[in-house]
Amino acid sequence: MFKYALQRIFYMFCVFMIITLMCFILIRMLPLPVLPPEDPHTKVVEMRREALGYNEPYLVQFWLFLKNIVTDWNWGLSEKLYFGQDVWKIFIGKLPATMIVNLYSILWTIPVGIGLGVLAALKKNTWIDYFISTATMVVISVPSFVYAFLIQYLLCYKLQWFPFLMKGGTDYFSWAMFKSIVPPILSLSFGVIAGFTRTTRAELTEVLTSEFMLLARTKGLTKAQATVRHALRNCFVVIVPGIFGEFIGILGGSLIIEGIFAIPGVGGLTLNAINGLDYNIFMLSTCFYTAIGLAAGLVVDISYGFIDPRIRMGSKK
Amino acid sequence: MTYEKIPAEKFRFVQENEKLHDKELQTKARGFFADAMIRFSKNKSSVIAAYILLFLVLYAIFVPFISGYTANDKDPMYVNYPAFNSKLAPYGIMNGKYVMGSQNDKSMDIWYGVGEETGKNPVIRVVGTHETTVKKRGKEVVQYTYDIEVNRYYALGIMYRNFNQADYEKLQAWQNETGIQVIYPYVDPEDINGISDNPNIWFKLNSDGTAKKDENGNYIPAYSTRADKQGFEYNSIRIDGDPGNWVYSTAKSGSVQCRILYYNYYIYVNGHEPSYIMGTNVMGMDMFTCIGLGARFSLIFAILVSAINLTIGAIYGSIQGYYGGWIDMTLDRISDVLSGVPFVVVTTLFQLHLAQKVGVVPSFLFAFVLTGWISMAALTRKQFYRFKGQEFILAARTLGASDRRLMFKHIFPNAIGTIITSCALIIPGVIGSETSMTYLGIVDLTTYAGTTIGTLLSQGNAAVTTAPHAMLWPSMFLGLLMICFNLFGNGLRDAFNPTTRGVED
Repeated sequence: MFKYALQRIFYMFCVFMIITLMCFILIRMLPLPVLPPEDPHTKVVEMRREALGYNEPYLVQFWLFLKNIVTDWNWGLSEKLYFGQDVWKIFIGKLPATMIVNLYSILWTIPVGIGLGVLAALKKNTWIDYFISTATMVVISVPSFVYAFLIQYLLCYKLQWFPFLMKGGTDYFSWAMFKSIVPPILSLSFGVIAGFTRTTRAELTEVLTSEFMLLARTKGLTKAQATVRHALRNCFVVIVPGIFGEFIGILGGSLIIEGIFAIPGVGGLTLNAINGLDYNIFMLSTCFYTAIGLAAGLVVDISYGFIDPRIRMGSKK
Repeated sequence: MTYEKIPAEKFRFVQENEKLHDKELQTKARGFFADAMIRFSKNKSSVIAAYILLFLVLYAIFVPFISGYTANDKDPMYVNYPAFNSKLAPYGIMNGKYVMGSQNDKSMDIWYGVGEETGKNPVIRVVGTHETTVKKRGKEVVQYTYDIEVNRYYALGIMYRNFNQADYEKLQAWQNETGIQVIYPYVDPEDINGISDNPNIWFKLNSDGTAKKDENGNYIPAYSTRADKQGFEYNSIRIDGDPGNWVYSTAKSGSVQCRILYYNYYIYVNGHEPSYIMGTNVMGMDMFTCIGLGARFSLIFAILVSAINLTIGAIYGSIQGYYGGWIDMTLDRISDVLSGVPFVVVTTLFQLHLAQKVGVVPSFLFAFVLTGWISMAALTRKQFYRFKGQEFILAARTLGASDRRLMFKHIFPNAIGTIITSCALIIPGVIGSETSMTYLGIVDLTTYAGTTIGTLLSQGNAAVTTAPHAMLWPSMFLGLLMICFNLFGNGLRDAFNPTTRGVED
């Protein structure tokens, strides 16, 4: 199992490097922003570019890029949005806002989602099940920004329960801050709840009809005991990796939700970098999102193997 | 009587000269697709979704042609205005309703004045009255403010506009022809306490800015009679009560300035009354048309993307699944790498590199194709693994069928139901991503498609408090489209899945 995990990590690292290389070359191929000729910084920027090998072949540039990262974790300087600042520092400064919103969101959505799923599965083919399943279907189809609009209009504007945008400042655990991030949390939550409800319901329905459940009841367990100790445990084989994946996704955030509620997070930074053509920030964002995507997949895969002994087949390869 | 003793001549053949055949089945043959259709039609929610979907698709196809507006009709004044139709407005629907808070007596006089002058009363009803007591020169004075519902189209009222001689005469000729009054008599700012920025004041004012009224409570007109200041000659219809000496314009260097009723001016410019049944957006475009335009683009684009991805994915997945082994492994690694690249990054890079060379839409399409086929390939591959070991393939191979024949004549047709139905679930995904990208402004399709749902949403979001309709309609359309596509796709998938056959019966 350990060997399998190591293999997968190594493989993920290779994929990550290939993607980074591709994106790096594609970004370096873009025309550089024109520097103002009289600006005193121009000479400095030009010298920096020289040092970073902008006139060398792309592979050499990539080597220098990697060397800078490995030796002193230097991701370059912002050339447009935050002129002359360290890209990594800007980026780290944006992470907490994204994380806090996502963390609150999944902290309450996962229990609710699983609970609704269990309820629907236990009450299968009753009106409760029909209602939950239909609602799940509807909620999962509608994109999150539609909820964001509705929440912003109804809760923030009409009822004025919450402020319109996220509060500024870095007091992430104050009450005012919490109140101001309720709308984005809600907007993010619906989809996650629906996703967990659907998975849980599908899994649990299948497990509940299997024969070991009948055995459990036959040997004298009550329905509650059988469900909690046998059915749910088997059902978690599928759900827990999903939870892990979700936790990795905390870092990623949503470009759109961050835009609507003015969350000073990673998504907004990426979007600004794209619109403002700040290539160094964009490169870092690319690496970051790629790493998160790959890591989430990896964690899901490996955790399957750890949780369920039946799925450890990858190790035999 | 014993049976052994039956004489031979008593035996007779049942049939002697005719051949026996299997009887033809009396039941009707039911093919795979017919069966799927029957099972699909049993799924009520999917059928309803299919009908709504049909309606939305028809909307997208026909509305841009029949609405009377195009993507180029951008009205400069009717911006973010609510729904309006002059035929339905008297019944209280589509009446351009907009709530204005805290209007004092001065503003109320102007609102009623607009109705008095133009015959189009902007005030629909007074929603609330607030009483406040303020101290004024040592005395307590009660002041009233009102919350009113106005028709924004009528409330725009009169505005100043400058014309050169030719345009001015053309407008007069049009007035004479149609009998619709566009140009209203000019009011000199000197006659209305020097107010020169509100063309809607046409009546005499008190010193505090409220309207001066005669003993019957009517407004007293303050129209200019200064013939010396008049611009070009006015030889057209005059408003009621005009003694004949009211002046309809004032001279500005080389042109005239006049007061025009914008509602009627709109008729002059566009040839019809304003009729925006979903209101207008921030560009002054008709939302009803815009949603049709956006949806049309989204649907065509999504179908195109799905078709391309389906083709690439099917071929790629077939090769993977059929050959297996190291070919499968290698191709799988390639798709692993491609699927690891975040979609935002792909779209951005394609836009930056290719938009100048091949255009915005093709580069957007490439971005979708680059990663979109992977799920299709995985699906096809799975189906191939399922079928390739079965006896009919062995039989075909023994009879000498080539690889290509086995793949595309024997295995692929078996998998096609599953693959095509998954297309119905991929289309909403493509529409969702497309909307997100245009919403974020990473891809700008306005010059190509007129507008898109994503663009409409981002414009609507900017004015969410003043013009909620601009955000509501596109969100509703998008939400409904996605729900219906998913319900429809799920229904199709279940119907085409032979393992669920007979489960519900």
